[in-house]
Amino acid sequence: MEIGLGQYLTVAAILFTLGIFGIFLNRKNVIVILMSIELMLLAVNINLVAFSSFLGDLTGQIFALLVLTVAAGEAAIGLAIVVVYFRNRGSIAVDDINAMKG
Amino acid sequence: MDALIATFAGYAPIYPELLLAFGASELLLLGVFASRIKSETMVWIAIAIMGAAALLIFNQGLAVEQMFNGSFVVDPFARFLKLLVLLGSIVTLFMSRTTLKRHGLLTYEFAVLVLYATLGMMMMISAGDLISMYLGLEMQSLALYVIAALRRDSLRSSEAGLKYFVLGALSSGMLLYGSSLVYGYTGSTIFADIATYLQANPGQNIGLIFGLVFVLAGLAFKISAVPFHMWTPDVYEGAPTPITAFFAAAPKVAAMALLIRVTIDAFLPVVAQWQQILVFISIASMMWGAFAALGQTNIKRLMAYSSIGHMGFALVGLAAGSAEGTKSVLIYMAIYLVMTLGAFACIMTMRRGEVAVEEIDELSGLANTNLPMAFFLAMLLFSLAGIPPLAGFFAKFYVFRAAVESGLWPLVILGVIASVIGAVYYLRIIKVMFFDDAKESFDIMPADMKLVLGASGVFILLYVVYPSPLVSAAEAAAKSIFPG
Repeated sequence: MEIGLGQYLTVAAILFTLGIFGIFLNRKNVIVILMSIELMLLAVNINLVAFSSFLGDLTGQIFALLVLTVAAGEAAIGLAIVVVYFRNRGSIAVDDINAMKG
Repeated sequence: MDALIATFAGYAPIYPELLLAFGASELLLLGVFASRIKSETMVWIAIAIMGAAALLIFNQGLAVEQMFNGSFVVDPFARFLKLLVLLGSIVTLFMSRTTLKRHGLLTYEFAVLVLYATLGMMMMISAGDLISMYLGLEMQSLALYVIAALRRDSLRSSEAGLKYFVLGALSSGMLLYGSSLVYGYTGSTIFADIATYLQANPGQNIGLIFGLVFVLAGLAFKISAVPFHMWTPDVYEGAPTPITAFFAAAPKVAAMALLIRVTIDAFLPVVAQWQQILVFISIASMMWGAFAALGQTNIKRLMAYSSIGHMGFALVGLAAGSAEGTKSVLIYMAIYLVMTLGAFACIMTMRRGEVAVEEIDELSGLANTNLPMAFFLAMLLFSLAGIPPLAGFFAKFYVFRAAVESGLWPLVILGVIASVIGAVYYLRIIKVMFFDDAKESFDIMPADMKLVLGASGVFILLYVVYPSPLVSAAEAAAKSIFPG
């Protein structure tokens, strides 16, 4: 079977959905949420690179590189905030994040 | 050498951004290596840098310039909103000095982060490309996540930061997924090229519409429109008050500007597709902002729902999809910015000794203990509720008029109903201030907050007399992004 654009897009869509579900269904650990966010961004990268290759246009790959860079910064800031939160709360379970309603 | 100078002169349209970028980095170095300089001085330097950037923008005139193959657009629309954003950042830095000092939060990092966030906002406003849109948005958001959690020893502040981060990252992910689909189905990331493609291929394209929906969802998160508003009340409540004031002012303007850029610059040919989405989130925001605010007792949470409602009203103008509508959104954002800054100057003053109080009941009898503050706050609340002849009324009037001209009657009728319901909770605060028994008075209001409150009060009172500068500036700005 020839592997075309559709297959790549399907894989990316599945990964992206997994990422979103990982954020909403996970009740255990904030670190899992951070991993889910990475998963979403990587799914986007698959999309971008697949489109770039099939369109014969380099913009998508440049976009993917920039997304990787930003994702690294985002992960660093996310972990820093999680550390600060852990020092105050003594736990990073998702169910414990409830000092304010909502 | 001449070539170097010529290259440098070619960058003139982005001088304000360059100034902010270098200024913020220099300030960071200064903070690290010259620890003898007081943090307050650093804040003043940051204010001076932003003031200089505003002057540079002011001197650029009305030309439309494109940088970096169209990915960075400098037009009157961008200049108008950049000036608004800079005004918001400067005023929040200026008035939050005393409060932050009392919390022990007046550090140079705060000034640096506000500068970086402002730089991100200016990049968002000038974005002409999906990549620069994403980079500007992330630059702003990453700085804001840290600012929300700035009070490291407070559980509520760090929780606010965490919630803001998780939901903000989720929204960026959705925005990005949408961008990738838009890129894939139109073959370009540049807004102008996307518009050209859509013009040439008017047929329905499911992949593209999917991408558009994702992009709009991501942007709706940033302006906190229902159903993507969940983070707003918690972040507003948890973050220290001066920082809440910052969140409520400049980033909202920048996110709305980005939403206008995407819908008008890139997707105007498929206006029917996004118009129905905007109508829905606009109605939902107005209604939810009005109803959910009714039961609030914390004034910062109340302001959060108030800002959700106001974003709904501003979206009414954008949903109209016309130059008139865009102009009305710009005026709305300008007036919203001024009202919010004034209201937060009052909220920051609500403290007795070392304790900052946030409950609405604490305002009771304010008219007896501090009549000028009660008067100005009442004016601001009347204006937020949209009662004539204050500025807030005209803001709502313009957006509704634009919507009527585009035939969006249901939107207008529901908007007016939401505005009436919303007036209830503003009037309740006024009743508490003027007719309830007096409580112990607050600390004396610092002079800088008096200045901000006075200036914003005078603006909303006198707007009716002399509206033409703001209206004509907004008109020129709106015209510059509409073709023809």
